[in-house]
Amino acid sequence: MPLVKLNTPGGLTAPVADWPLLAEDAYVPPTGPVLVPLATWLAGRDTLKDRPDTGVWLAAGDDATALGDDLPAVVAIRFAAFTDGRGYSQARLLRERLGFTGELRAVGDVLVDQARFLTRSGFDAFQVAEGSDLVHFEAALGRFSVVYQAAADRATPVVALRHPSYWSAAE
Amino acid sequence: MYQYDTFDHQLLADRVAEFSDQVDRRLTGALTEDQFRPLRLMNGLYLEMHAYMLRVAIPYGVLSSRQLRGLAAVARTWDKGYGHFTTRQNIQFNWPRLTDVPAILQALADVEMHAIQTSGACIRNVTIDPFAGVAGDEIADPRPWAEIIRQWSTLHPEFTFLPRKFKIAISGAIEDRAAVRFHDIGLRVIRNDAGDLGFRVWVGGGLGRTPRVARELRPFLPAAQILGYLEAALRVYNLHGRRDNKYKARIKILVDEIGIDAYRDQVEAEWHAAGGPALVVPEAEIARVADFFAVPDYVTLPDATVELARWRGADSGFDAWMGTNILTHRAPGYAAVTVSLKPVGGIPGDITADQMDAMADLADRYSLGELRATKEQNLVLPNVRQDQLHALWSALRSLGLETANKGRVTDIISCPGQDYCSLANARSIPMAQEISRRFADRRRLDTLGPITLNVSGCINACGHHHVGNIGLLGVDKRGAEAYQLVLGGDAGEADSSIAQITGRAMTAEEAVDAVEVTAAVYLDRRQDAETFIQTFRRIGVTPFKEAIDAAR
Ligand code: SF4
Repeated sequence: MPLVKLNTPGGLTAPVADWPLLAEDAYVPPTGPVLVPLATWLAGRDTLKDRPDTGVWLAAGDDATALGDDLPAVVAIRFAAFTDGRGYSQARLLRERLGFTGELRAVGDVLVDQARFLTRSGFDAFQVAEGSDLVHFEAALGRFSVVYQAAADRATPVVALRHPSYWSAAE
Repeated sequence: MYQYDTFDHQLLADRVAEFSDQVDRRLTGALTEDQFRPLRLMNGLYLEMHAYMLRVAIPYGVLSSRQLRGLAAVARTWDKGYGHFTTRQNIQFNWPRLTDVPAILQALADVEMHAIQTSGACIRNVTIDPFAGVAGDEIADPRPWAEIIRQWSTLHPEFTFLPRKFKIAISGAIEDRAAVRFHDIGLRVIRNDAGDLGFRVWVGGGLGRTPRVARELRPFLPAAQILGYLEAALRVYNLHGRRDNKYKARIKILVDEIGIDAYRDQVEAEWHAAGGPALVVPEAEIARVADFFAVPDYVTLPDATVELARWRGADSGFDAWMGTNILTHRAPGYAAVTVSLKPVGGIPGDITADQMDAMADLADRYSLGELRATKEQNLVLPNVRQDQLHALWSALRSLGLETANKGRVTDIISCPGQDYCSLANARSIPMAQEISRRFADRRRLDTLGPITLNVSGCINACGHHHVGNIGLLGVDKRGAEAYQLVLGGDAGEADSSIAQITGRAMTAEEAVDAVEVTAAVYLDRRQDAETFIQTFRRIGVTPFKEAIDAAR
């Protein structure tokens, strides 16, 4: 399925080809693009991390913090079902705990109407169905101008807008 | 009361626009029902047996007269002229049409109300003591904290697809009137030895098919640190709660499986890794929100002892109502009044649009324009002058809302049951109506004293039968509707207990008789001024079981 990326806030790039997800215990091809499972990455990190077209994909049960300091350029979090929200916590841990600044992809069963939750949690690339209309996706991204919580997207929460002096002191 | 600022209004406007668009896409077929389902659920819209049902949030149960008029208008314009107060301080409309829902949400937004997160696997409407801010036994007002948590939880990006729904309750008084130990997280406002405000945090309570009394997560959490701590508690649950079986997905099961100590260790570790005690709600924000709940300008009044005694002597109906429906107020000369929505033979929690409008008028005239919805499915007028109680009671009587039964056996909490709910095994409402008729006699009610009675139409326990002193549970007995009687539940924090099963399931008629037998055993065995639950705790379930069996 194609991948779209966050371009400007509320905007998306044209679809590009996504990288394939390698199965557990599968043979790692000598060149990418490819996304390897967490266990494969942890076992072969020393060689894999120098490959610019090789990233990691996380299943819902994986411990995102196991990636540690030595981070790949691309991480994909796979949603087996859109109702399984573990990926949102994994994404925030990657961005806020590990300081991951690379590309964070949401792949698998992802709904357009979840777009804002995804970007707020730190995702900046999304798998979309073949031929899907990006108009709805962009509308969903631009839907809410107000946020009540600080999250991975660093959007300014309402409490900071209400009390600017407090917030600048805390930054 | 809290009042929206431009940010709060903007969020609601965006939300209404979003859902209007989603409804349009559903109506044109761009969204299938499967795709639409999670979206409508995030806006409190259920598909029930006969129609859609819209559940509207009454944030922590606090309502202005203007909002109640708004709800009346919704009931009149888009429903069949009534609404139904729920056990979670919300209101449900049972007959809206899908095409009307965007207009309803707009009408609600106009009075600063919404249906956000009244269903779905997310953080639900926070519930609190309905007497917050006015109860004589209050330690600190939970309302500002409930509003702060409401905002934080609204469209929370990380916690909108949790393993299951998540319910938070806060109690700020000595007596726990919010059932904090039967919530996913229960917060009890306390002060530590230094006099600082904080919360005793409970986790993993709940009802449903696996009832649990919550366990203590933290004896004291400084109040300003609440959001950071909740974020850690929810994150651990979101990552580790079970998702393979919806009946094992609530946080109580996670706490059961890994143990409270392991859960606590994970929460503390997560909290500290994220910033811990440094993550605080800014002082200025706490002050801003608390200002909305400042003590109103009460008139300096003496207690109206003499007038009240005279009126009570002259009118037995007023006397009975004063005996049950009044709570001691923090301000001398005032009272907090419960308006029972449990008339004899009525549907618990139902209210007509006309009654809503009339209640809004009474709130303006007698209660500083404010009302509360309670988890017992009643309304409260929190700020009534004692010297106006008789006038208020007379006005309520003309509306049929003067039932004197708060906390009595006919103050029945009931789920909608088979009349509305597709999961039901039994018809909860007719059961509640029948018990209400059987025990209608006022002398009998007074003799029996305080008893809670709860009816659930199935094991999902929406009628909270596990915490009823007397509970009735609808079960399926070889395809026929049947009821199980349970006894000895208590929702309060100090004496939390889960009701015990008395025996085999019975027909509806036998079940009502068994409630009669239960009452008779209590009257026979009680000592001195023991309440029902006190007698039950002393003698146990066996004497009741035996008497019920003997009567069959
Ligand atoms: S307890 Fe059962 S029957 Fe009653 S409302 Fe809940 S799910 Fe429906």
